[in-house]
Amino acid sequence: MNNEELKREDLRTPIEAPPKASIGVVEWLKKNLFSSWINTILTIVFGTISFLILKNSIEWVIFKAEWYVIAANFKLLIVGQYPLEELWRVWICLTIVSILMGLSSGIWKGTIGHLTMMITGLYFIILLLPFVSTETRIWLIVNIIIIGISYVIGKNRSSLNKVTLIGWALMLPIVIFLLDGFGIFDHVGTNLWGGFLLTLLIAVVAIVFSFPLGIFLALGRRSKLPIIRWFSIGYIELIRGVPLITILFVAQLMLPLFLGNDIEIDNVVRAMVGFTLFTAAYLAENIRGGLQSISRGQFEAAEALGLNSTVKMTFIILPQALRAVIPAIVGLFIGIFKDTSLVAIVGLTDILGIGKNIISNPEFLGTQMEVFLFVALVFLIFCNMMSYASRRLESALGVGKR
Amino acid sequence: MNKQSSSTSTPFWRDKRIIPILIQIIFAVIVILAAVFLFTNALASLRQIGMTLGFDFLGKMASFDIGDKLIEFSSTDTYGRAFIVGILNTIKVAFIGIILATILGFIVGVSRLSTNWLARVVATVYVEIFRNTPLLVQIFIWFYAVFLGFPTIDKSLNAFGIFFFSNRGTVIPWFGVTPSSLIWLIFLVVGLVLSFILWKIRIKQQVETGKRKYPIYYAIGAMITTLVIAWIITLESPLSLSLPTFAGRGYDGGYTINPGFGALLVALVMYTASFIAEIVRGGILAVSKGQVEAAKALGLKGPTILRLVILPQAIRIIIPPLTSQYLNLIKNSSLAAAVAYQELVGVGITVLSQTGRSIEVISIVILTYLSMSLFTSLLMNIYNKYSQLVER
Repeated sequence: MNNEELKREDLRTPIEAPPKASIGVVEWLKKNLFSSWINTILTIVFGTISFLILKNSIEWVIFKAEWYVIAANFKLLIVGQYPLEELWRVWICLTIVSILMGLSSGIWKGTIGHLTMMITGLYFIILLLPFVSTETRIWLIVNIIIIGISYVIGKNRSSLNKVTLIGWALMLPIVIFLLDGFGIFDHVGTNLWGGFLLTLLIAVVAIVFSFPLGIFLALGRRSKLPIIRWFSIGYIELIRGVPLITILFVAQLMLPLFLGNDIEIDNVVRAMVGFTLFTAAYLAENIRGGLQSISRGQFEAAEALGLNSTVKMTFIILPQALRAVIPAIVGLFIGIFKDTSLVAIVGLTDILGIGKNIISNPEFLGTQMEVFLFVALVFLIFCNMMSYASRRLESALGVGKR
Repeated sequence: MNKQSSSTSTPFWRDKRIIPILIQIIFAVIVILAAVFLFTNALASLRQIGMTLGFDFLGKMASFDIGDKLIEFSSTDTYGRAFIVGILNTIKVAFIGIILATILGFIVGVSRLSTNWLARVVATVYVEIFRNTPLLVQIFIWFYAVFLGFPTIDKSLNAFGIFFFSNRGTVIPWFGVTPSSLIWLIFLVVGLVLSFILWKIRIKQQVETGKRKYPIYYAIGAMITTLVIAWIITLESPLSLSLPTFAGRGYDGGYTINPGFGALLVALVMYTASFIAEIVRGGILAVSKGQVEAAKALGLKGPTILRLVILPQAIRIIIPPLTSQYLNLIKNSSLAAAVAYQELVGVGITVLSQTGRSIEVISIVILTYLSMSLFTSLLMNIYNKYSQLVER
């Protein structure tokens, strides 16, 4: 074996981690909590504080908190004022999502599989809550079964991947069509949409519609044409320089003024427009980061092949650039999802707005903590799921590790 | 010759020199047309409700009062002054918030990398909870459930007899100015300068001679000497302590923290600190392991390594994302509007509902935030340059 081969051999076998040292409980305590006197003090201080906080919180959650307020308003918090007799449409929407999630997890496994598992777990938890109605339980059980069936179908027929992708693409229009009715079913105005449903809808609409706008702004900012470049820079910096709440006020108060009397748009759509314009500026900056990470060679190679700039961008540059910034984009979406709670300030009844209405109801006096903690918990669960997905995607794509 | 003839034969819509100009002209025309369309619509709708554009309303009397103010303001003052009060309140929240969030963020960020298991776990739980819930929900929890959840003023809770918590506000001990405060301030500055110079000189001597010169003791000594001289001259304490006392229907003395301000500040600090903690952690992790090992090999101790080896290198990585967190904090302070605290947006909403001048009010608000954002990024860029210069 000559030197060259030896080197290759070295490269092929990865360096093994040192064997795990097994230590006892006392050793572990000594090493992790009481290694020096400073550490001992730290442990005592942190221990006392966290013990007090934990003890009081658990006591409060189990004995003092009046959770009946959540039980009584559960439907309101989740779907708002949506009429009870039309609620089946919301359930159909959820079922469509379940089918798509089940199929995708069967076909691609990985991150989407984990997410589907978490969603199924969530269904189970809601199923076990003592106060949900029988109808809800039946729908949830149906949904769990559907996820299982579509998972099996997806696993055995991976040729369904195109259908599933088309399904995801069509999901938003179908959901909005179902919720609104549009003449086929009874019309349910957006003023009746609310609760967590509205939160999700605003976030998804903002994300979907800001994508094309964000890509154009990112390309515009790198354009060689000065007017387009300066317009993009101006737009991005203006939006990023002001708080979201002012943009929501612009959308609520000034949009009707600017569009004149001929164009009527309702509150919810105005908020969605505001969010889309806001998200696009931040998304553009993320995408620009991705574009900057593409090496010059890719541009030159595409030009050498004689591709024009549209083809070059759509098929060579953008796919690579977007792939590089997927984790950053997921991070942005978590932020947008959290920010949708701001619509409560401009008078929409998203989950937080409903919460605010509940505590002003004299029947539920003094239950602010319970209501807002529930709202916080809902956001916490969904944001954690998304950040988990983002971390997994990051390692799966190998971004930043090359 | 050949070139020229070929260029004359290409039609202008395929000419590489003309297309970009054409595209830009078309784009500019579309943008201008859209702007004109929007603007004429706005003017038409304004005319319909009998209003014109203009900022003359700023000189009119504002018939509302502002609870928390840094400068004198009453309901007979103008709208313009109301805006200034609002801007000052925004700056107050942002300034205190940035300082506290930075301190808390650094502590949590360092704790996340601590060798102490408990500190690490507590810090991680803190970050995960506060980063993944919306700021507005946190503000609502602090405002409705905590600050407004305190008992009424006659039954207010108190801690150590000097902190009082009631649903009308939290009262804390505060300081009053005495006649000798100015003299004390002068001596304080002199003392600081003196001890700094002494410290530098002793450090230099220590480096040159290689012997211990105790620079830190000299600096503290100089400071104490100046302060003792100041006390001998004035024979008075620099500030008078104003303790709150319960007096019938309110409190005398102390400083009352308005519930809206309290909720906003606590929520902003806790929320932003969780992001700063992650930035600090990332910055520290980015310092290569060899640096720490080298410092250990030189015999430096844990805190010294952190202070002299890790943080100076980590700070360069930390500053750019930290800047954007500061900007976020300033922008997020606008959520005060939701808890009835009268800062810029809060004042803006009140003025807007009184005068109906949405375009003017919103443009004032937007321009103010833009200039504050630009100013902060300018400051942080200067500091960034300064900290980068330390490199070769």
